[in-house]
Amino acid sequence: MEYDQARWTDADRYEPLLAEKSTREVAVEDGPLPDDLTRDSLALPDLSEPELARHYTRLAQMNYGVESGPIPLGSCTMKYNPSFTEDVAAHPKAAVHPDRPARTVQGTLELCHRLQDYLARIGGMDAVTLQPPAGAAGEFTGIQVAKAYHDHNGEDRSSVVIPDSAHGTNFATAAMAGYDVVELPSDDDGRVDVDALEAAVDDDTAALMLTNPNTLGLFERDIEAIADVVHDAGGLLYYDGANLNALLGRARPGDMGFDVMHYNVHKTFATPHGGGGPGAGPVGVTEDLAPFLPRPHVRKETGAEGEAGAGNTGFEYYDPAHSIGKVHGYYGNWPVLVKAFAYIARLGDAGLRDTSATAVLNANYLAERIPYDVPFGPFHHEFVASAGDQDAADVAKGMLDHGVHPPTTKWPEIVDEALMAEPTESESKRSLDHLAAAFEAVAGEADGTLADAPTRSAARRIDQVGAARDPQLCWQGLDLSDFDN
Amino acid sequence: MSFDVPEDCQYRESHEWVRATDGTARVGITDFAQDELGDVVFVELPAVGDELATGDDFGVVESIKAVSDIYTPVAGTVTAVNERLRDEPELVNEDPFGEGWLLEIELADEAELEDLLSPAAYRDQIE
Repeated sequence: MEYDQARWTDADRYEPLLAEKSTREVAVEDGPLPDDLTRDSLALPDLSEPELARHYTRLAQMNYGVESGPIPLGSCTMKYNPSFTEDVAAHPKAAVHPDRPARTVQGTLELCHRLQDYLARIGGMDAVTLQPPAGAAGEFTGIQVAKAYHDHNGEDRSSVVIPDSAHGTNFATAAMAGYDVVELPSDDDGRVDVDALEAAVDDDTAALMLTNPNTLGLFERDIEAIADVVHDAGGLLYYDGANLNALLGRARPGDMGFDVMHYNVHKTFATPHGGGGPGAGPVGVTEDLAPFLPRPHVRKETGAEGEAGAGNTGFEYYDPAHSIGKVHGYYGNWPVLVKAFAYIARLGDAGLRDTSATAVLNANYLAERIPYDVPFGPFHHEFVASAGDQDAADVAKGMLDHGVHPPTTKWPEIVDEALMAEPTESESKRSLDHLAAAFEAVAGEADGTLADAPTRSAARRIDQVGAARDPQLCWQGLDLSDFDN
Repeated sequence: MSFDVPEDCQYRESHEWVRATDGTARVGITDFAQDELGDVVFVELPAVGDELATGDDFGVVESIKAVSDIYTPVAGTVTAVNERLRDEPELVNEDPFGEGWLLEIELADEAELEDLLSPAAYRDQIE
């Protein structure tokens, strides 16, 4: 099947902006500002409702999302977001004002409490805060909790150890929290080198940040030894939940010895990702760290007999004893959390186990099918192939012409010209075969051809250098004759 | 691939070059450095009159791939910066040892030049 993406053009350029289609000068009334700062009239878009609807429909048709085809972006877990979770989050009963007293929003608090429990059980943690608004915010919260714990114990620790295959956010989190970063080289298998870890960890080590399975899709088999090395030095183990999809219902970071973790609900629990956000990045901790979680936290009522909350049947907010404070307004990005709750509740234990099994099977099937060399493996939920003599960015652009989204490229850097693919459990065998066919077609292309790709997508190759050297940040400054693409 | 390493310059390990004459020095980044960075899109430089200490980061070179600090190879006072780079950052790629120079320094201590790498030593480092 040959692919052609919908492409709306007018006078040889993309679907014009609203203001370019039709405008009307509207007089502006005199205001309190000086005359030299104000205008007498403004040119505003002047379109009928159907014209407006068609404009946005055309833009949507030129877009590509997981509802158009697979997005095997490694480390992103771009699974399909079931639309029933949107219905649940949009339900009027899910929309309560956050300033309402706890007694009047008991259903909301119960949902928070149950989601805290679900996540704690999935991660093997003792307590979970729902407040952080994204994965990176979750990391920062988790490391702040670890720091508060060390401070409380009178320990002055200055560094965080991070493997070289880790997500860039880990390094940024540690630096933002004021720690020195110690980078840990991977061993020949692409895993943590326990000897190198022993050399890197000392009584200055506040934490080791680790993703398991790691970015190469490899399970850290020595995780117990790794945990012992860090714990023996008095450090904590931080679990980056980016790859939790591989473990759902099968293994738990808490059981591996991790003390703190964040959950990327937009990856693992099918809530909007990236531009579809906002996200949520709940953080789980062990019992020892629970008193440091952000405030407020939700628990079952604890009132003694005769006091409010007696009987312990309801739910209440409370401030953990040594809380690091608030990390977001109110209680977090509520609708996102409702979606995550709905997704987990619908799947249940058996469904979550199926999710991880299918995600791992799909990644291994695709890795077997593609013609590129995959230097490490076997894998969990994702794998990293090498584009070899081809430029990974050209391979990605070439795949666009086959109607699929390309994998993550050129990262992690420990594989040359990396193509990092994570098909997720959402894709059927037919869809995986289509992806594999796209890889095969591009692998057979001569380099020169790929330099011109994509030619069948709505947007053609972007002039990154031109955009960076001469950025046009306002449409009124554009020379529209440049848009002959 | 072989990179240009002119004989009339001295080098710092972090890929800056220095061309010194009569107490002043012109400074830039090497051919190797511009190739590693890729297309340069922005250069941030200090102001004329700024005093720079050896090893300080004095500016930033930004490409579509990376943002890199640039380090002072020899201490001194900035006497000129390459104003053309504001509108033509591509000069760093096209002519790193010529039109793509970054700044001129009045040297605080000419003896410091002896601590820099010779062309042969720098060539060994990048090959």
